[in-house]
Amino acid sequence: MVAGMWIRSTMTYRSSFVLTLVTSFCVTFFDFVVILLMFGQVRGLGGFSFAEVALLYGTAGTSFGIADLTMGSLQRMGKRVRDGSLDTFLMRPAPLLAQVAADKFALRRFGRVAQGLLVLVWSLVLLDVEWTPLRAVLLPVTVVCGAVIFGAVMVVGASALFWMQDAAEVTNSFTYGGNTLLQYPPTIFAQELVRGVVYVVPLAFVSWLPALYVLGRPAPAGVPEWAAFASPLVAAVSCGVAGLAWRAGIRSYRSTGS
Amino acid sequence: MRLYAMVAAGGFRRFATYRVATAAGVFTNSVFGFVLSYTYIALWDERPRLGGYSMDDALAYVWIGQALITVCGLMGGGFEDELIERIRTGDIAVDLYRPADLQAWWFSANAGRSAYQLLGRGVAPMALGALVFDFTLPSGPGRWLAFLLAVALGSTVGFALWYLVAMSAFWLLDGQGVVQVAWLGGLFFSGMLLPLNVFPGALGELARMLPWASLLQVPADVYLGRYGTGRELAGAYAFQGCWALVLLGAGRAAQAAATRKVVVQGG
Repeated sequence: MVAGMWIRSTMTYRSSFVLTLVTSFCVTFFDFVVILLMFGQVRGLGGFSFAEVALLYGTAGTSFGIADLTMGSLQRMGKRVRDGSLDTFLMRPAPLLAQVAADKFALRRFGRVAQGLLVLVWSLVLLDVEWTPLRAVLLPVTVVCGAVIFGAVMVVGASALFWMQDAAEVTNSFTYGGNTLLQYPPTIFAQELVRGVVYVVPLAFVSWLPALYVLGRPAPAGVPEWAAFASPLVAAVSCGVAGLAWRAGIRSYRSTGS
Repeated sequence: MRLYAMVAAGGFRRFATYRVATAAGVFTNSVFGFVLSYTYIALWDERPRLGGYSMDDALAYVWIGQALITVCGLMGGGFEDELIERIRTGDIAVDLYRPADLQAWWFSANAGRSAYQLLGRGVAPMALGALVFDFTLPSGPGRWLAFLLAVALGSTVGFALWYLVAMSAFWLLDGQGVVQVAWLGGLFFSGMLLPLNVFPGALGELARMLPWASLLQVPADVYLGRYGTGRELAGAYAFQGCWALVLLGAGRAAQAAATRKVVVQGG
């Protein structure tokens, strides 16, 4: 409902909306152009071919796009905590998280999802994967679980804003930064960094581990092969952690007193 | 002049107040610096001397980019949202009555912000990057000075670009669409994701001629000593200076047209 309200509000400035939707698509598209330019210079990156990198890009990009569409507004919550306008939300008879997530709901973010899906489909056309039923099921599950994990990270980041109102950018480094990280093969990164996104912030489960399984490549950082199927479990745990963090955040919320 | 100096000092102090935001920004810039560094290492492993850069040059380029994002306004000037909001709500009418020039006022405030961002968000990520990775450092204080001048010019071009973007709000009211387009241009054509020297053929030539090249590519090349010290260096400054003049002039023309023709929103 809140989202509907913001969609109507966006539509007031229709030409501007069309422009933002197109550019949102292009922004992410240019992101991919960079990878295309790189592959114009080299044949492989970290031992991965173009189609394989495109699969990593497509899965991570689509998951991130969905999470950004639904939860991306959370990062502006710091401002609402700071100026006290969060109070308005607390008085409405709807869950706070849903309201904040739908705050300034931006339909233009759909451009990002569309672009991720496009690259994903393209990579599947290019790739020569031996399709087993397991692999075929794993791929859509990966995209959905990936979106949930990214969403959970965004909620944890937003919870931190109750205490550190200015720190919205830290979340960006895990979400946008994580998305960029996952678009490249794990072989090119320092192994400590790879371990960090497997065991500390579970971003590797968004796309790396399942996608590597689909590609028939070994999992990085000494992770066992079954970990490729652990995404749903990791997503569930992430949601639990995010829920706890969010509650702790709300409990500590003190209004501005103005 | 004293007035504008005070506005600039105010801009500096204002951003210096948000220490947590600065720390968060440093953290984010560093994370992106690491991710980009590793992709560049993979790329330069395959193709040494790509774009005429050695591996050390390429890594220096990454961290210069992270340091300059907010200083030169690669992905947003840091002031245009506020200015657009003032235009949208009609508060701009108050600003126009002030005994100060609108563009000069915002330029001063932005210069202060830019100076703070250079100290607050520029130095720390670069120092961290230099600790972790082996990258090219300028050969002497002269080159650091040359680099700082290029950054100052880059920051001016950045301001001029975003001021022009903000002016569009007088006609469109909601500036978000234009902001997005400018953001897109900045992201891609500033060379933040990939050095413009690596762009192939005509695309590369075009990218190196556009104003966004002044924001990162030119300062980085000055830092890396690709222009030497004499004529070529002067040419690089002239390139930045010309774009600054053209864009500031366009911003001024837009401002004049807007204040003559546009009815300010009431409320």
